[in-house]
Amino acid sequence: MRIVFGSPPPPLWLKTLAFSIGGMLSAVFAFILFSALSAAFQGGGLSLFGPVWAPYAEKFGLGPMIHASLLLSASSLCAGWLLSLGCCCLLRGVGPRCFARVLMGILRFMTAIPTVVYGFAAVFALVPLIRNALGGSGFCWLAAGTMLAVQGVPTMALIMDGALRSVENDVFLTAAALGMTPLQTLSRVVIPASRPWLVSAAVLGFGRALGDTLLPTMLAGNAVRFALSPLDSMRTLTAHIGLVLSADIGGGENLSLLLAGGLLLLGSVAVSLLARRVSRGRNDEAA
Amino acid sequence: MMKRREKFLLCLSWGSGLLICGAVGTLLVFLLARGGPVFGKELFFDSTPPMDALLGLKPVWNGIWPAVMGTFFLLSLTLAFAALPGIGCGVFLACYATPKQKYRLGLAVDLLAGIPSIVMGLFGFVLIVYLRRTVLPNGTTCLLLSSFCLALLVLPSLVVGTRTALETLPRYISLTAAALGFSHGQTVWRLLLPAAGQGILGGLMLALGRAAEDTAVIMLTGVVANAGLPSGLTSKFEALPFRIYYTAAQYATQRELDLGFGAALALLLLSGSLLLCAWGFQRGLERRWRGVR
Repeated sequence: MRIVFGSPPPPLWLKTLAFSIGGMLSAVFAFILFSALSAAFQGGGLSLFGPVWAPYAEKFGLGPMIHASLLLSASSLCAGWLLSLGCCCLLRGVGPRCFARVLMGILRFMTAIPTVVYGFAAVFALVPLIRNALGGSGFCWLAAGTMLAVQGVPTMALIMDGALRSVENDVFLTAAALGMTPLQTLSRVVIPASRPWLVSAAVLGFGRALGDTLLPTMLAGNAVRFALSPLDSMRTLTAHIGLVLSADIGGGENLSLLLAGGLLLLGSVAVSLLARRVSRGRNDEAA
Repeated sequence: MMKRREKFLLCLSWGSGLLICGAVGTLLVFLLARGGPVFGKELFFDSTPPMDALLGLKPVWNGIWPAVMGTFFLLSLTLAFAALPGIGCGVFLACYATPKQKYRLGLAVDLLAGIPSIVMGLFGFVLIVYLRRTVLPNGTTCLLLSSFCLALLVLPSLVVGTRTALETLPRYISLTAAALGFSHGQTVWRLLLPAAGQGILGGLMLALGRAAEDTAVIMLTGVVANAGLPSGLTSKFEALPFRIYYTAAQYATQRELDLGFGAALALLLLSGSLLLCAWGFQRGLERRWRGVR
């Protein structure tokens, strides 16, 4: 509640608490970026940004990991975004109401399913399926991408649903009076009108997919190489950090993981700023 | 007659709706079928008598009880670290901040919310390495460090939850209070906070759910596969999500696999019930203010 007549200064302790968040944020940034920078300088001769990962030849290039991170999150985002949009349409009048209610319950429940449980179930259900049907080890881009797409659906779908609902409330009567079916209203009016929200859902979904660690580590196979086919194994930046740290190796590997942390942090900042920008654009539009 | 765009949308809707239902249904059935039969006293305590295990008299070697207790301690400590700054910052943003402060703090909270959990874990790791070099030569990754990093991870959702709960209260509360001569402080602490209490609790539950399921942070800051009950704040510990992760990668016997499925089911129950609590609180808040807005 904003206070109406010139609000008095807040108690000092409350202000301190609130701004301690800024302090913690700066601490995280300082530690991660400083160690990434010092790793980059120390590892000058190890071609840390190069495309070659060959520890025996003293080459610790992060190229394959960056490639894998971008590829995996982009592909799972495409699939997940389409799935979310489809679910939203079903919720907003394409499907029968009882089914919509069940689907909404399922989506809400999905926000509570831990990522590690998705990964665990996929290791014992999806991976053998892929192995038997398509060959290979089963731990591949396809497995990780599928689960990442499914896991991202509830977040995106709930954002989209809020947006579509508010636009639909505005145009529902007019569209019905013009004789449009719910499907036509959605496809011709509501979805085009809520484009900024759909974009911001996509941006947030991309950030989530980029930062996820468990699913790529458990399902993508973790071989360091440039994956091209969906059945290839790949290792993302996040998985790289987890694997190298838990294996407790020193030297070039360690430097590369510090650098990977810095890259991920910068990536997440870019995503957050972009999401804010998109949503500010939509507030201006509404005003 | 349908145009192409409508046809596409119709197919997409039904396809994705059925796919999502199918995927979640398969997941649940699979987990229940494999984890259900082992879910019971044996799963948690193995052959140790439950009372002895509960009181910590006898160790549990072949059950998930230590992991359950590890998660419990982790969540309590995370709550202790995060509750005050999170709720405080939310109250500040909703009731006191000037527009400029709102913009800056909002940006900080957004940036913090975007940081991937593995990076937060890496922060904890780098932090303890730095502390070892300077003031704490014996420092190592431990329960305290893990819960501190988890607290950082869940802070943003706590701030946003508190802020939203306060900002959606009907405006007439503060107007009436001002008209009755309440000071600003009295309005905030005596009226607005108690009125939004359920919403704030709901936000707290959601934050706890997030902390309970996160694996990447604790993986880098002190969780281990076999530690028994945590013996103190600076000891290593076990936790449910890590137990599941570890089983998927390294199980050797059928019993370990069963334990993994049981642990997955237990974690799902835990985060599901936290979510249900959060809903309950938020529904309560809505119902209380719906008629009067």
